[in-house]
Amino acid sequence: MTDVAQAIRDTARRLLADGRVDVVIGFEAGTLPLRSSPCFVRDAGDTDRLVWNMTCENNLARYLPRVEEKAGIVAKGCDARSIVGLLTEGRLERERVYVIGVPCQGILDRRSIERRLAGKEIVQAQEGETEVLVRGEGFEVALSKEEHLHASCRACRSRNPVIYDTLVGDPVAEGDGADEYADVREFEAKPAAERWAYFLAQTSRCIRCYACRNACPLCYCRTCFTDVTQPQWLGRTTDPTDTLVFHIARALHVAGRCVDCGACDRACPLGVDVRKLTRKMEKDVEKFFHHKAGMSLDEPLPLATYSLDDPEDFVQ
Amino acid sequence: MAFLCHWCSYAGADLAGTSRLQYPPNTRTIRVPCSGRVDPLFIIRSLLHGADGVLVAGCHPGDCHYLEGNYLARRRFALLKSILEYVGVEEGRVQFAWVSAAEAGKFAQVIAEVTESVRALGPGQRLIKSKAKETL
Repeated sequence: MTDVAQAIRDTARRLLADGRVDVVIGFEAGTLPLRSSPCFVRDAGDTDRLVWNMTCENNLARYLPRVEEKAGIVAKGCDARSIVGLLTEGRLERERVYVIGVPCQGILDRRSIERRLAGKEIVQAQEGETEVLVRGEGFEVALSKEEHLHASCRACRSRNPVIYDTLVGDPVAEGDGADEYADVREFEAKPAAERWAYFLAQTSRCIRCYACRNACPLCYCRTCFTDVTQPQWLGRTTDPTDTLVFHIARALHVAGRCVDCGACDRACPLGVDVRKLTRKMEKDVEKFFHHKAGMSLDEPLPLATYSLDDPEDFVQ
Repeated sequence: MAFLCHWCSYAGADLAGTSRLQYPPNTRTIRVPCSGRVDPLFIIRSLLHGADGVLVAGCHPGDCHYLEGNYLARRRFALLKSILEYVGVEEGRVQFAWVSAAEAGKFAQVIAEVTESVRALGPGQRLIKSKAKETL
C-alpha cells in the first residue's frame, strides 16, 4: 500500500471520527484486476477499504450533487476542477464538502493495456514505481505506466488539485507547456469528408446506454434533453444520425464546463471516441472566450456571460 | 428555416413586406422573442427534420430588447457553428445575421443570399436518417 493511500485513510478516519463529515467518497479495490470502484465510507472503522492507485479512474465529483450529507471527497486534479465547476454552478455549497486533494500521476488506460495483450485475460495486476506488472495464464509482462496513460491524462495540465482542504502527498510536476490541443488541431486539418466518415463510424457503435452522461460530473440535469419527449429533441434509436446528434448536443451542453477528466471516455463500453467532440469545445472556448473550465471560483461560466468583442465573423 | 427575433429581424421582415421588396419565398419563419431564445437544439432539430438550411437573425449587438440576449446567443452560436463544421456538416447549413427593424433591404438580401448558398449545397442529407449513410 502506498503512503498516499495511508494518508487518505488517516484523513478519512479523522474526518469521520470528528464528525466533520458524514461520508467519505473515495475508491476501494475493484473486483477485477486494473479496476477500482467508487466507495462511500460512513464509519471511521471502515476507512481501511480506501485505496489509491492508477486505476482510480472515475470522477468522484459526479456523486456530490446527489449526496445530501456533508461529504469528504478524494479528488484528483480533474475531480477538483469539476468540484470548482459544481460550486460555480451553485450545485454545491463549499461548507458541505471537504476536499481531500490528491496530486495525480495520471490514470491507466485499461483498453490500451488490453489491446497490448491482444485479448489475453489479465488475472492479476500489480502497480510498481514506473511499471505495472500484469499476469495471466501463461504470461507475465511489465508494462510502462507512462506508455499506457489515458489520453486525457496525457493532455492534462492540472494534475494538482486547484481546490482542497487537505493535500495528501507531494505536488507533482505539471504537464509540459507543449501544444495542449495538438490532437484537435491535427483532426481539424483533415478534409471535412474524412471527419464526417470518422464521426459516423464512431457514433455508429454507440448503443445509447448513456454511460458517458452518467459518468459525467457535470451532467446533473434532473431531466436530460435526451429523455424529454415533449418536444422530442432527437430520436431514441441507435441510428448514427441520432447518436451523432446526441453526442454533439452533449458536447454543447458541457461546453465551457467540461474539464476533460475523460470519465465519459473511460465509461463507454464500446470505446466511442467521446472526447473528440468535448475537446473541440474545450479548445474553442479557450480560443474564443479565453476561459478554461474549473480553474477559478471567481470566473463566471463562459456561456452565461459575454464580452463586447466576442468573435462574430460568422454573422452576416 | 428562419428564426427571427420579434423586436428586430421579424419587424425587418415585416418592413420588407410592406415595402414590397422581392425576396425568395423559400424560408419558413419562426418568430422568437429574442435570438437568445434560440437553443442550439432548435437548430439541430430543424436539420434532423429535413430543413436544408437554418438562419437565425436577431438584433445587432447592443440593440437587444433584453439588453444582452444576442450577446449570449452569439457565444452559443459560435460554438454550435464550430462543432457542426468540425463533424463535417457543410459550412453554410447554419447561418446567422443581425437584421434591425429598419433594415428591410438587408433582410431581403440576407434571405436571397442564404437561399442561394443553401441551394448550392443541395438538399441536406448528413443529419437525415435514411440518407446519412449515403453521404460516405
